[in-house]
Amino acid sequence: MTTAVPSAGSFEPAAQSPSDSADSSAGGPAKTGRTAPNRPRRDRHSLLRWMFVLPALLYMTLFFGYPLVRNIVMSFQRYTPTTYFTGEAPFTGLDNWRAVFSNELFADSLWHTAVFTVGSLVGQFTIGLALAVFFSRRFRLSGVIRAVLLLPWLVPMVVSAVVWRRVLDQDHGILNSALQAVGLADGGVPWLSSPSVALLSAIMVNIWIGIPFNMVILYGGLQEIPRQLYEAAALDGASPWRAFRSVTLPLLRPVITVVLVLGFMSTVKILDLILALTSGGPADSTQTLGTVTYQLSFLQLDFGQGAVVGNVLIVISAVFAVLYLRANRADFGTGK
Amino acid sequence: MKRPSSLRGAWNTTAALLILGFLLFPVYWMLNTALQPDTSITATEWFPTSLSLSNFDAAVSSQGRSLLTSLVVALGAVVVCLALAAPAAYGLAQFGLRGGRSIVFTTLITQMVPGIVIANALYSAYAELGLVNSYLGLILADASLGLPFSIVLLRAFMVSIPGEVVEAALVDGANRFTAFTRIVLPMSRNALITAGLFTFLFAWSDFMFALTLNTTDDVKPITLGIYQFVGAHVSDWGAVMATAVLSAVPAAILLVLAQKYIAAGISGGSIK
Repeated sequence: MTTAVPSAGSFEPAAQSPSDSADSSAGGPAKTGRTAPNRPRRDRHSLLRWMFVLPALLYMTLFFGYPLVRNIVMSFQRYTPTTYFTGEAPFTGLDNWRAVFSNELFADSLWHTAVFTVGSLVGQFTIGLALAVFFSRRFRLSGVIRAVLLLPWLVPMVVSAVVWRRVLDQDHGILNSALQAVGLADGGVPWLSSPSVALLSAIMVNIWIGIPFNMVILYGGLQEIPRQLYEAAALDGASPWRAFRSVTLPLLRPVITVVLVLGFMSTVKILDLILALTSGGPADSTQTLGTVTYQLSFLQLDFGQGAVVGNVLIVISAVFAVLYLRANRADFGTGK
Repeated sequence: MKRPSSLRGAWNTTAALLILGFLLFPVYWMLNTALQPDTSITATEWFPTSLSLSNFDAAVSSQGRSLLTSLVVALGAVVVCLALAAPAAYGLAQFGLRGGRSIVFTTLITQMVPGIVIANALYSAYAELGLVNSYLGLILADASLGLPFSIVLLRAFMVSIPGEVVEAALVDGANRFTAFTRIVLPMSRNALITAGLFTFLFAWSDFMFALTLNTTDDVKPITLGIYQFVGAHVSDWGAVMATAVLSAVPAAILLVLAQKYIAAGISGGSIK
């Protein structure tokens, strides 16, 4: 995955301090020349300097690099509970891959993942953007309310899911009680117990969780847009909607890309929300790539097949990682 | 003159409060259910008219240990993460190391590796190393949730530290390491708090590693605790919701006490 995009050039995370333009790693030689005028001393120091970075590097190799490689290798092995006793994981070629790709659940989960991800992103983003625009107005308590709105994003996802399970309960849930009270749903909607509704409910909950993140980043982006542009647009007789389309959206584009790509990365692999909300059910209607990986590896204890689905997830993430990096680069190019 | 705008301001505030009430309703419902006794028998009231803390008694007695476990694991993860991230970020920000840029680049990429993939491979490695069902194993795994973020965030801050400040210390006889701990770390206090805060939140919220790297109840963080609790006692919603309230407490406290760091963290680093 890392080798897929060898030269990042000068990309940086989007919402970063402007001080980065004074990045010292770009002007390395000039700087070190000042501290170490004579060459031998500099070489000795160079090793010393690496000592600062090496522990983190070693850790990342063990906790990110190793799993990536191991996962690829495992996907070609028969890796089952017996492996833990015998220590043997025989190579079986493409057996795991064939088994996974011919498994109907895999195709279903791929589709669910796509629907879940796109649905969540559209909801989170539009509501997040609307709130960001709304809170850009200046009024009393704006800052405090904006801060409190962050709470759903800070609470552990499992906990949110458990609370929503209570809210969405078909017989005792408050949502159905409220709907019945206003006469909108007679028998109560089977939010989590009907295969045709459960995925939609999961999307709804995930939208709720993701709104704060979208709002905060987009709000930050909106603050960067110079006020004068809106004044100029107003002078030209542009309606607020026209100003939004012609000023806000184009200038917000780099931030929008980053928000969407980051949202995608966190949504496509989601596991805890769905496990705690529906456990993938009813009738596998909420199984996604994340839950199928978990199920294959840790419930059916077929780590080889779990690794296959995991690799599919990696490939999907890698594609969007490249998009993310390109977006950051474009952002950096604008001199921000 | 002032009237129209203040009227509009009041209207905006009202609208904002309505949005808040609407979006935070599930949080209210969690608190409301937790404060009502006997929620299993009767329907939950809209307001907790007869306040009772009995649910919290039940929550603490069955999940108290898990809360403690979460605290230990999350604090451990913060220590490991900052101990690794702070020097690395400083090295990457100030030393002009050859290949430094590709390291920063790789760091960003690692944030995109799906956690379940890491868990999948880590479990087999942990099984061989005897790290399954251990505090150390979970702390080390949870530290990975905050490390890339912390490196990126701290580095972004540390590039703005003038090299002259450190050089002055070096001239005064300090070595690189003492200059780092005495000068750079205190100067980076706010960034360190932000990174530590988020690592704590990530580790406290972690469910995947808790679920996959533990096969017994020896090391059971609260996220795993509430997951099992709701599976086994789904009729006792009052106690489940009280547990949910307790497990949301760190987020609520941090939101109140460290609001500016939270906001800075969300927009300052590219968070998962």
